[in-house]
Amino acid sequence: MKSRWMVLIAASLLFLVSGTASAGSIRMDGSTTVLPIAQKVVEAYMKERPDVSISVSGGGSGNGIKALIDGTTDIANSSRFMKDEEVKLAFEKGVYPVPFAIAYDCIVPVVHPDNPIADISMAQLKSIYMGEIKNWKEVGGPDKEIVVVSRDTSSGTYEVWEEKVMKKERVYAGALLQASNGAVAQTVSKNKVAIGYLGIGYVDKSVKALTINGITGNEETALSGKFPVSRALFMFTRGWPTGDILNFINYVLNPQKGQKFVREAGFVPLY
Amino acid sequence: MKTRRRREQLIRLCFFVAASISILVLFMILVFLFIEGIPILKKVSLVHFIFGKEWYPTSSPPDFGILPLLVASIAVTVLSAFMAIPLGVMTAIYLAEIASGRIREIIKPVVELLAALPSVVIGFFGMVVVAPFLQDTLDLATGLNLFNASMMLAFMSVPTICTISEDAIYSVPRELKEASMALGATHWETIRRVMIPASLSGISTSIILGMSRAIGETMVVLMVAGGAAMIPTSIFKPVRPMPASIAAEMAEAPFRGDHYHALFAIGIVLFLFTLCFNLVADHIAQKHKQVGAATL
Repeated sequence: MKSRWMVLIAASLLFLVSGTASAGSIRMDGSTTVLPIAQKVVEAYMKERPDVSISVSGGGSGNGIKALIDGTTDIANSSRFMKDEEVKLAFEKGVYPVPFAIAYDCIVPVVHPDNPIADISMAQLKSIYMGEIKNWKEVGGPDKEIVVVSRDTSSGTYEVWEEKVMKKERVYAGALLQASNGAVAQTVSKNKVAIGYLGIGYVDKSVKALTINGITGNEETALSGKFPVSRALFMFTRGWPTGDILNFINYVLNPQKGQKFVREAGFVPLY
Repeated sequence: MKTRRRREQLIRLCFFVAASISILVLFMILVFLFIEGIPILKKVSLVHFIFGKEWYPTSSPPDFGILPLLVASIAVTVLSAFMAIPLGVMTAIYLAEIASGRIREIIKPVVELLAALPSVVIGFFGMVVVAPFLQDTLDLATGLNLFNASMMLAFMSVPTICTISEDAIYSVPRELKEASMALGATHWETIRRVMIPASLSGISTSIILGMSRAIGETMVVLMVAGGAAMIPTSIFKPVRPMPASIAAEMAEAPFRGDHYHALFAIGIVLFLFTLCFNLVADHIAQKHKQVGAATL
């Protein structure tokens, strides 16, 4: 009886070990912003390489990086670069994370097409979203109340806005929070006095994109870093990637393959 | 004989299990709700959670005050009740007492069909049709507000209120009405003095069930209420009721993080609200049970 138990335990241990060591599986965790890109790319990649299985989860950038350092994930998706403390912690544990910029995230302020305003400054945007500027005439428009449309505080789009425009100040409580880019576009296109912001992939004819300090938000200005509300999105690996992980990262960065899905997901591809 | 008895017992057991499953499921969901929601109290005190005016779950440091969400939920429910009760009860009286058989046959299924409309359709209607209309006609800053949401919720609770009230009025014993008429009362006097008081318990139950549907409704308020986590100063201001907050934020809240626990705690508050509504409805239905002529 006892020996039978031993065999069972040994077998399950063996199974566990082989499970983690198996080359055919990649674990991926991290930013919810990168998640739509990751899901699309992984789906296409697994179709091309059915022998590799990739599990994707989105626990937030911080959790992803922590998991990478702890060794519970192979690739950490992140909507920001690693913080100094995280780098230090990684070195202490003997892990050398390698960053790969995989896409750019560019957020454009939008208004109703009938709104005469075409350009706005970063300071004005901040004041509007803090609730200090409440009327369009204060920024050179008609004498109408401004309706501020923002995204839910958990979304990646909000995160960029908070970081780049609000500089850690809070968006005031009277802002209309919408649950998706689509809902923001819908709200702004139906309201003549509204202002909102959209990921560049979602800007269409129904709304008017504003220029910031005279700079138009498009793929070119986002990549050159001229447009102020954009950031790079990263995938971090544990040390220089090898084998399947390297193959996957190459796939993501391939302009004909992975980068195609970046645009599909509403982000700016690298090339 | 013995096998027959055994079969009887087996069948009885089957039905008992089927009946227990719903209780079991409810119980497990409850346990889960409390396990996931209670940990937030380690981060903020109960008083601060309920009466805090700032809902900034993702900024650092975060603020978990749900008063604006709570007030929004109550405001939306009360305002929608003001619209839905007269509409629902009056329709019920019309259907039960005044309408001819043929009209009744047309109107009643239509009202019931209104209940079958998916909430997302009503929400979409409110967002795309009603909101721009309100903006233009009343010259409002935004049509996505407390008033619009209440109106859409009223649409949803009218069928509940109407159907249950109508059944209650319809089942008032015929003798009561005949006696009233025989005493020389007009039809209107009979409705007002006899029919409505006799069916009051049914009508109250219907109102409370309608309201509990309105307070828990998610899709409509998510799409139409505007989503500003601020205590409203007028009925034309945007609000963010509790279900909308949960639905909008849950998908992105880090698993087992503070925000996640806070959202579950909002779920507990919401559950307590609907529980209260149902208890009150049950109490009224029990206390003023319609027992024929004895009710009056």
